[in-house]
Amino acid sequence: MTTDNIRKNFPLLQQMDTIYLDNAATAQRPSCVLAAVQEFYEQKNANPLRGFYPLSLEATESYQEARKTVQKFIHAEEPEEIIFTRNTTESLNLVAYSYGLNFLKEGDEIAVTIMEHHSNLLPWQMVSRMTGAKLHYLECTSEGELTDEALQKGINERTRLVAVAQVSNVLGCVNSIQKITEMAHRVGAVVVVDGAQSVPHMPVDVQALDVDFLAFSGHKLMGPMGIGCLYGKRELLERMPPFLTGGEMIDSVHRDGAVFAPVPQKFEAGTVNAAGAVGLAAAIRYLQEKGFDYIQKKELELTQRAMEGLGALPYVHILGSKDPANHTGIVSFTIDGVHPHDVSEILSSDGIDVRAGHHCAQPLLEYLGVRSSTRASMMFYNTPEEIDALIESVSTIRRRMGYGE
Amino acid sequence: MESRGFYNEILTEHNLRPEFKHDLPDADIVLEGVNPSCGDDIWLKLKVDGDVITDGAFVGDGCAISQASADIMLGMIIGKTKDEALRLGNLFLRMIKGEASDEEIDELEEAGALKDISHMPARVKCAVLGWHTLEEAFKQEK
Repeated sequence: MTTDNIRKNFPLLQQMDTIYLDNAATAQRPSCVLAAVQEFYEQKNANPLRGFYPLSLEATESYQEARKTVQKFIHAEEPEEIIFTRNTTESLNLVAYSYGLNFLKEGDEIAVTIMEHHSNLLPWQMVSRMTGAKLHYLECTSEGELTDEALQKGINERTRLVAVAQVSNVLGCVNSIQKITEMAHRVGAVVVVDGAQSVPHMPVDVQALDVDFLAFSGHKLMGPMGIGCLYGKRELLERMPPFLTGGEMIDSVHRDGAVFAPVPQKFEAGTVNAAGAVGLAAAIRYLQEKGFDYIQKKELELTQRAMEGLGALPYVHILGSKDPANHTGIVSFTIDGVHPHDVSEILSSDGIDVRAGHHCAQPLLEYLGVRSSTRASMMFYNTPEEIDALIESVSTIRRRMGYGE
Repeated sequence: MESRGFYNEILTEHNLRPEFKHDLPDADIVLEGVNPSCGDDIWLKLKVDGDVITDGAFVGDGCAISQASADIMLGMIIGKTKDEALRLGNLFLRMIKGEASDEEIDELEEAGALKDISHMPARVKCAVLGWHTLEEAFKQEK
């Protein structure tokens, strides 16, 4: 399996004349994903879960097959524990509105790490405001580590919910989810995991980790935009009221009320994104075909190369761990005297696509004392030559911004 | 193939060695301008005598474009009347939208160095931050 062969699977990578290193924002899609979406619309398009005619049944079957693909991929016990949403943000909001608002109250505590993406922070700020539950921040070290001490301090007998990213979208560090679920469950709290940056890059087993909820997006996993997932333990999902109400999520409706459908339909109001789900399933199959052994090895090699090259420049500072294995393909950095937006502008003029800003994790950057940073994020289809071009371009930036050698 | 590209000498000079980036303790008008998407943040400080801007400065932090643009702006408007400053601001905004003629851009002197921003939609907010803050400052004063 060569990178060249893999890149042939991605139409946009074949066409584009820039180097794409913004994979943590969204990945590129292989043709099999695009074909799966098109095939659904060309051959199976009908409203799933409604009609009794063959076409609708076929659409339903494709949709439910996709659910099973996701279930097996993250090792959930049952397909009913997989809810299709638009993205990670919607999945996390579903938990906040349905679980948070109904099961949390004043006197309770929500523990949330300081490194959360805004999508796993703002919903909990909202729940805290509405219920009176107190928000407690679990602070990490400057390298991104959540120490036992910090966890023990923040997860106590008042804690009812812990919100944590499995992988930080800024630092790329991997948090010990198993340790956190053990501690949380000991005090009777549930754990909500943001898997947006982990699920596409490493094997995730929700049962082994014993997480209560796991959210992730299709588009970071090479699937279509607008499809995401929420895993929830069946027992919890069954206790939770619906998030959105309306069509397709009911058993029966009368003048004075309604009986809601069982999970997962209870949480999938309105016509679903069946083609998106089918595309996501194709992306998962593609990922499985390449295998996480290969993917992780390749992404680690690229990360090592980037960290070595950038780290050798005295004015470049890489955020997070010194160990490339604890970066999950994400290398965020600052350059002395040059604002990250100018860094990304110059990289862009050299044909390199990266992200600059606060990466939707403002509290983390504030905590680390950096206002913003530039982020290069890799996927297994990137090449060593692309990383070298990044390093080369970065090495010219201070000169181009008017600093002497 | 390396080019300084958009970051020409005028821009990098104003960014690295700004003339007006300092405090102005006895300013008559002080207003903060922020660009939430980038985190650019400046405090514009002006001294006025009647209708004339007699001195000005800014403090804050942000990308080279926002900082250089604010510095260039202050160099242009100090000594001018408020109306004249607003007219230049309007001209600057038109240049950024790609609507100004060559003669008009000439009138903007060093600020003309930012004209290529019209092809960089993501950076327009950075370039106009100082000018927008100026406009807001005069509006609030009224």
